[in-house]
Amino acid sequence: MSEIANLKAGLIADIAAADTLDALEGLRVGAMGKNGVVTGLLKTLGPMSPEERLEKGPPIQDLRESVTAALADRKAALEQAALDAKLAAEKIDMTLPADIGAQGSVHPVSQVMDELAEIFADLGFSVATGPEIEDDWHNFTALNIPETHPARAMHDTFYFPDGADGKKMLLRTHTSPVQIRTMMNQEPPIRIIAPGRVYRSDSDATHTPMFHQIEGLVIDKGITLGHLKWTLETFLKAFFEREDIVLRLRPSYFPFTEPSVEVDVGYTLTNGQRVIGGDGDAPGGGWLEVLGSGMVNRRVIESCGLDPDEWQGFAFGTGVDRLAMLKYGMNDLRAFFDGDLRWLKHYGFSALDVPTLSGGVGA
Amino acid sequence: MKFTLNWLKTHLKTDADLPTILKGLTNIGLEVEGVENPAEKLGAFRIAKVLTADPHPQADKLQVLTVDAGEGALQVVCGAPNARAGLVGVFGTEGAVVPVNGMVLKKTAIRGVESNGMMCSFRELELGEDHEGIIELSPDAPVGQVYAAWAGLDDPVIDVSITPNRQDCMGVRGIARDLAAAGLGTLNAIVVPTVEGVGAGPDVRTDDVDGCPAFFARTVKGVKNGASPEWMAKRLKAIGQKPISTLVDITNYIMIDLGRPLHVYDMATLKGPLVARKGRPGEQVLALNGKTYTVDETMTVIADDEAVHDIGGIMGGEHSGAQDGTTDVLIECAYFTPERIAVTGQKLALTSDARGRFERGVDPAFLDDGLSIATYLVTELCGGTASEATYAGAPPVAVKTVTYDPAQCLGLAGVDVAESEQKRILESLGFVVQGNDATFEYQDGVPVTTPANWTVSVPSWRRDVDGWPDIVEEVVRIVGLDQVPSTPLPRAPGVARPTATAEQLIERRVRRTAAARGLAEAINWSFLSEKEAASVGGGDWTLANPISEDLKVMRPSLLPGLLSATRRNMDRGATAVRLFELGRRYFAHKERATVGFVLAGEKVARGWQTGKAQPFSAFDAKGEVIALLAAAGAPVGNLQSYGDASTAYHPGQSGTLRLGPKVVLAEFGVLHPSLAKQFGLTGTVVAGEIFLDAIPVKRASGFMRAPYAPPALQAVKRDFAFVIDQAVDADALVRTVKGADKKAIVDARLFDVFVGPGVEEGKKSLAIEITLQPGEKSFSQEELDAISAAVVKAAEKLGGTLRG
Repeated sequence: MSEIANLKAGLIADIAAADTLDALEGLRVGAMGKNGVVTGLLKTLGPMSPEERLEKGPPIQDLRESVTAALADRKAALEQAALDAKLAAEKIDMTLPADIGAQGSVHPVSQVMDELAEIFADLGFSVATGPEIEDDWHNFTALNIPETHPARAMHDTFYFPDGADGKKMLLRTHTSPVQIRTMMNQEPPIRIIAPGRVYRSDSDATHTPMFHQIEGLVIDKGITLGHLKWTLETFLKAFFEREDIVLRLRPSYFPFTEPSVEVDVGYTLTNGQRVIGGDGDAPGGGWLEVLGSGMVNRRVIESCGLDPDEWQGFAFGTGVDRLAMLKYGMNDLRAFFDGDLRWLKHYGFSALDVPTLSGGVGA
Repeated sequence: MKFTLNWLKTHLKTDADLPTILKGLTNIGLEVEGVENPAEKLGAFRIAKVLTADPHPQADKLQVLTVDAGEGALQVVCGAPNARAGLVGVFGTEGAVVPVNGMVLKKTAIRGVESNGMMCSFRELELGEDHEGIIELSPDAPVGQVYAAWAGLDDPVIDVSITPNRQDCMGVRGIARDLAAAGLGTLNAIVVPTVEGVGAGPDVRTDDVDGCPAFFARTVKGVKNGASPEWMAKRLKAIGQKPISTLVDITNYIMIDLGRPLHVYDMATLKGPLVARKGRPGEQVLALNGKTYTVDETMTVIADDEAVHDIGGIMGGEHSGAQDGTTDVLIECAYFTPERIAVTGQKLALTSDARGRFERGVDPAFLDDGLSIATYLVTELCGGTASEATYAGAPPVAVKTVTYDPAQCLGLAGVDVAESEQKRILESLGFVVQGNDATFEYQDGVPVTTPANWTVSVPSWRRDVDGWPDIVEEVVRIVGLDQVPSTPLPRAPGVARPTATAEQLIERRVRRTAAARGLAEAINWSFLSEKEAASVGGGDWTLANPISEDLKVMRPSLLPGLLSATRRNMDRGATAVRLFELGRRYFAHKERATVGFVLAGEKVARGWQTGKAQPFSAFDAKGEVIALLAAAGAPVGNLQSYGDASTAYHPGQSGTLRLGPKVVLAEFGVLHPSLAKQFGLTGTVVAGEIFLDAIPVKRASGFMRAPYAPPALQAVKRDFAFVIDQAVDADALVRTVKGADKKAIVDARLFDVFVGPGVEEGKKSLAIEITLQPGEKSFSQEELDAISAAVVKAAEKLGGTLRG
């Protein structure tokens, strides 16, 4: 073996054996540094004649390349090992808990109101609002409920002390005053829903002095009870997202509608829970009253300054809290207004559960 | 309104079975609320005879009986005082369930003596209140038969809900009429008995023709009051009316049977003529319910020379009613004006079966008949001699007519009902239909259709009907609402258009942003206690009739409700509370949409990374406020901070955000410790309110955004630190600095506040990072120097000096 071959073998063996980056650097300087052995050999090439260089050059160049490559390889290997060791030392217990931040929620009543707005938007209804502190004209008189009417006794009304202007102010007992305000301020045709807080002096497991209603009103030409029936069927099917919704319409009485119709929806007992859907007359089934409705009384239309011979329509009202309970299975109304974080977490909705027709209105 | 099936069948000839009748009732608007057959739970109770009765060897008050219930002698231990040999009563055998308490009878030993069942009282069988002893039947009652069947208890009791417009159905006959119209039978004609009167009618009159337009009366002298006959007592008992005495029961029976309330006076208690008149201020009457009522001049009373005996149409007086020893009676059959009755009843907070009927309006044409029937029953059942009738005043019997075109049924209800069927329905309900049906004919060789033109006379008992829509309603409810075809609402072409208003969109965005930021939405009462309202400045609206003192004043702030909810959660062991509510605050002339939130307890729970639990700070409140305002579309970059939040907050750790100097969009901060204490909260509680209605609504401007291309050159940052008086708001300095070069400076951000060594007493050092955005070309050194100089100069205007 030639001298250069020996040198190469020795250097490569040394490089392979270097176990630290410092040692490797020492070897590099010893071989490739300014005074390194390989550098020295390379320097001998300069003075040589071309013929001599042709003969002696290739082994020296080979030596240089081999040593350079060996240094680079070894350096990469040592750096990798060092990184591996560092990372190994940085291992932590990934089962430790992480903070995902506080989880908020949307109240079921708000969620259901958004669901209703979405469904009725598709049917062309916009959302209207009105004051909760009302005068008795909007809450009663304009709705064909005169002072002495027994229907006023049906509402357990919260009143305010009589004001100086003689107006009797009260907390609205239903969302129906919004019908009046809408008809007085807007030219027909009208299609609105009016959700909001309403108040009655009543308190037990199924009644709270404050609760939520939603009112619907359609005023147009040629509207009949048939349209009302279709609208309620369509709405309830969309709301419960079930095709097997069966309605039972019963003649009833509300001063502001004529004819008046109360609407029951069939339910089936499933694991002791009333689940909306199916024929209420079927074995194990029953009927739940969910809506009051009817054709708007001509007197109400007149009160609002419209001609009842020209305009005709229907109205309906239902409890939002009740709809939420029927759809999502809560059974105590009082809990709706308690602000119990545990209840809100369980029955509340994620901020991103925005009801949409494409994604489904329920969540 | 309760009645039994057999009672109904006295007026209605029908083959329909019970389920059909029940369904029919609900379908025509008489909603069935319940149905119960008392016989169903009494199947195991049989008629039994007591054969022997001997003293119990171990107990004084017990006897040992042998009883024959049709299957041989059985030994029974009995504690009833009236148990004796020969008595025929009702026996529950082994296995029977006692209705009153659900107890299952079984063979047992009572004080060491075997007992095989139970002799029952009326109360145990839920047939009455009588529990003095066991039931005693007539001695010839058939031993061994099921008692309920023998006693005629196999008669379902039906409870229907009558809407306020249907006075006529507050009598069994009215219900029968409705069912007949619906095709469920035939209404039996009513034959009114006549009783010849002897002698002049009683001295009655009405001095209040508005409140009591008609006062009809007869007397019956020489009656003998006692227990009602079996048939009457049984029907009354079945529907839960306690039989009292024949005279009283007759009035109750006629009221329930025919919807006609009556009153019977004991003439011995009356002094002088009986007059319907207005009440006098301060006048009092002890009513039959044992309570004393003070009437006034808006009410109609029935009085004699000395006292008020009746709150007209609502409740009789305790002293003048028929008693056991009554011999001479005066029967009152009057018409009271419904509106008056309603107001009086509401004022006195007094409900009664009579009020329920009079305030809905009883049949004004049935006074004379009602009086005849009552007089007949009194004379038949109690004996005595009737006088002639006195007819004081006249009831409002004018017949109402309605012009009706049967095509209006289709027009309003959407269901096409043949004219003949409409006529049949109306006539079976008592309406009289006259006029022309629709015709088709040729006139001068041209085909002409003439619409029907009916004149419909409304029966006297249907006060509620006064327009053609009422007629449609009658037709449709009898035809059945299930016959109304479901008709789609016309739909606007294309995809549904957005309907939400700008205000609604703001509310939705704010609500969901708050929820996304970790707050739970609560819904709290709109009303507060006076004390709570006072703690946030007092409310403008106080209820006259609150349901409780806690729910009395309309809230002027969302904070009390949220703080109470926070307290409840803390009491349940919550360590962190993040609640918000979106609702209204109520002021004299305005209801203001508002978002409120409360952050209490631990902002960060103790953790392996973060160490000890950390409380919320005023800046957490500020952060929420700004985030929610941004979600609401408020120009948060342009808002000004002021340090003057309401007294609900810590005076030094709170603030408001305003658009211009006047429009307050939000206030927030650390809750005032005394308010926190009032709500039972400890530790730092932070809160805020955002006044949504103050946020300017953005006008729709199309979807196109302003053109924009990211700048080609990178932004440059420069840091400055200024020493400035402590009193100067940081926000003022930042704004001033930012305004030093409106073109180049795109942002100024405060990143450090320092007070301490190296900074003069009374001063602070504020460090601000300024972002400079070059345009076409990079800033030259000269330009940068000029901007820096401008920044320093701007700060100097506020007294700030560049920190060396």
